[in-house]
Amino acid sequence: MRRLLYFLPLVICLGIALFFYRGLDLNPRDLPSALINKPAPEFSLPALPGRDIQRADDGLARTDLTTGKPVVVNVWASWCIPCVAEHPLVDRLAKREGVTVHGINYRDRPDAAAAWLKRLGDPYAKVGKDESGRVSIDWGVYGVPETYVVDGDGVILYRHAGALSPEILERKILPLVKGGG
Amino acid sequence: MIAEIGHFALIAAFLLAGLQATVPLYGAHKGDRGMMELARSTAVGQFALVLLAFAALVNAFVTSDFSVLNVAQNSHSTKPMLYKISGAWGNHEGSLLLWALILSLFGAMVACFGRNLPPSLRARTLAIQGMIALGFLAFMLFTSNPFDRILAPPSDGAGLNPLLQDPGLAFHPPFLYFGYVGLSISFSFAVAALIEGKVDAAWARWVRPWTLAAWCGLTVGIGLGSWWAYYELGWGGFWFWDPVENASFMPWLAATALLHSAIVVEKRDALKSWTILLAIVAFSMSLLGTFLVRSGVLTSVHAFATDPERGVFILALLAVTVGGSLTLFAIRAPKLQTTGVFQPISREGALLLNNLFLSAAAATVLLGTLYPLFLDVLDAGKVSVGPPFFNATFGPLMAPVLGAMVIGPFLSWKRADFRQAMQKLWLGVAAAVTAIVLVLILSGAEGILPAVGVGAAVWIICGTLLELADRVKLARVPLSESWRRARRTPRAAYGMTVAHLGVGLVVAGVLGATVFKTESIQNMKPGNVVDVAGYTFTLDRVERLNGPNYQAERAVFRISTDGEQFATVNAERRAYPVEGDTTTEAGIHTTWVADLYAVIGEGNPRDGWTTRIYHNPLVPWIWLGTIVMSLGGVISLTDRRLRIGAPSRRRAPTGGPSSPAPAE
Repeated sequence: MRRLLYFLPLVICLGIALFFYRGLDLNPRDLPSALINKPAPEFSLPALPGRDIQRADDGLARTDLTTGKPVVVNVWASWCIPCVAEHPLVDRLAKREGVTVHGINYRDRPDAAAAWLKRLGDPYAKVGKDESGRVSIDWGVYGVPETYVVDGDGVILYRHAGALSPEILERKILPLVKGGG
Repeated sequence: MIAEIGHFALIAAFLLAGLQATVPLYGAHKGDRGMMELARSTAVGQFALVLLAFAALVNAFVTSDFSVLNVAQNSHSTKPMLYKISGAWGNHEGSLLLWALILSLFGAMVACFGRNLPPSLRARTLAIQGMIALGFLAFMLFTSNPFDRILAPPSDGAGLNPLLQDPGLAFHPPFLYFGYVGLSISFSFAVAALIEGKVDAAWARWVRPWTLAAWCGLTVGIGLGSWWAYYELGWGGFWFWDPVENASFMPWLAATALLHSAIVVEKRDALKSWTILLAIVAFSMSLLGTFLVRSGVLTSVHAFATDPERGVFILALLAVTVGGSLTLFAIRAPKLQTTGVFQPISREGALLLNNLFLSAAAATVLLGTLYPLFLDVLDAGKVSVGPPFFNATFGPLMAPVLGAMVIGPFLSWKRADFRQAMQKLWLGVAAAVTAIVLVLILSGAEGILPAVGVGAAVWIICGTLLELADRVKLARVPLSESWRRARRTPRAAYGMTVAHLGVGLVVAGVLGATVFKTESIQNMKPGNVVDVAGYTFTLDRVERLNGPNYQAERAVFRISTDGEQFATVNAERRAYPVEGDTTTEAGIHTTWVADLYAVIGEGNPRDGWTTRIYHNPLVPWIWLGTIVMSLGGVISLTDRRLRIGAPSRRRAPTGGPSSPAPAE
């Protein structure tokens, strides 16, 4: 039995090598989420305190994604620079296009996050604070910002990693939230 | 013509490596002295030939010989000289040649300085080294020849990625490779020991300095890479858990574990098969990194242009090297006899704990790095594993290591009294607890993590200094007696103290960079003022300037505190017309306790510029710490017992005014 233990490193190494061999034919640069066309993970986050909007004090949970209407979930943090860059687009999505946008505030200090929203505008319907980053791991968040489109039944339709651009907004996100009904 | 000389030198080195890989092995089996000695001459010859090839390639880059494909693709005539030279290893083929060069350098060093090694062990070690070289030279000659010519040379080259045109990155690969490839020697020693069927204290004493040298190089290399990312990528971060960063970090973790377990083999004749396994794993991690960077199986900002044919070749090389050595391990390792036994609370126990957690950390990083690939292959979808995973797993795994690294040196071998050790450490405990409470009060008890982090840094630094004080019995015997003891302390012990202090500095720096930084993003016009963490930044002017192969916008910031100006920093945005790329150069003023860091983004004189300003407390300590850590390694390398190789390390110095003089 103890002898067999000495073969363990070899077995692990050969297993990894097999994966590498198969992996050589695949392209890692297509980077959609593992959750595309799958239900969004179960989660419940406390509300971000200190926001101006009154009714936003009851947190963000999975039930907010199953209201029958498509929503956009935007993962952001006040310390994240690309988030500043994409913020006008999130604002436009919510205020001009009338889409419900929820925010997940990723690993942030609540006071800094609230101040950030005061300074740059607060387009979010609800903002859940994910101080530990646990919920974001479940969502497969790679880095902030990230944006998800979820249909009315809680199924993730689209994911964009990195800052939004006008093209992404117009070509990908708007058709999904407007057409999907 | 010179390029052809380089090519021929490579072919000759390949043939010589073939001799080195076979004849000495047979000689060691038969006990033939002459055949064994062939290992030394072929190792030195191989190094000379690869060096010649390397010189030929550097020459092609320096003279901008665009009839060489590699130069045409990666260089440009207007590039500054430093980057023409560093461009030689800033691409796939050239970096592979650097790999081979360092591989043969280590072989030649063992051939020259390994005089006190038993002939059969030396012959076998060099033969294994020859096999690795054989594989890599074949890889280069058959799939990645750096000396390929083009029939119709272009009038100028395509340039080098502007991000790589940076002094930090010019020296980063040589250090990193010195570490990466240097681990090949530990690997060769381990495989040779498995062939011999003997691992003893002498073996551990021979293998340790080579590992230590490689580890020092790797530490500096990783530090340089992180420093480059910090000031060149311009978002204030220093580590991104990118697959390629991980590829250099995994061998570092394994090598660190190896350094510590080799001590147990040397002093106590225990943990033998574990140490052998670590030596194999450490180099396997280096090979893995090479594979990941060059095969295109994972995405990374650092990846070289990839080619499936090359991927298959390296994978085969990896499978043979790692699979072969692990097979040998599975067959031979159970026969290794261990004499040393020890209690859980002992120096060995602490070192074992360190090993377990470092290995677990390396395995975690490996899992996180390869997980996307695993899922992709299983067709379970595409994911990416980012900092959240690594932050959540790596820290908790490191915490026991940071705790034990202070207590360990206080424990005696075999069986120790934990209470007694902690009594000697009460000052360290008190300092750490005070620091934690202080941070909690100052930050308004906002988070427990920063406080614990500061506590850990204080704990390591105080505890390590206390160990040195205890060793020389400071304040318990007269100062002159302490001084005498300090001079008699072996340099290896000082090496440990210094390296552990370095770890404390790095922990503090990482903490400053992650939890205590202040940041401000705004639009500024010349004359505008912004306050960050008590410092006032004034954008003085933005000017255009022409570099040797780029145009830049340079923002000059004046920094003042309490109305008194004490520094100016220049932040630049550079546009490289040849490569069609832009880079940012952060303006950094360091006080050694904090960095004041300014970056300029897009903008124009009418609307102003986007600027980002950071106050990064303790961040310079990250790099200071890595340098101190490798310095500790170097001090340990100069230890008397490694230079002499004899176990008589307890001889007192003969007295006299100078510190312990080197024996040779």
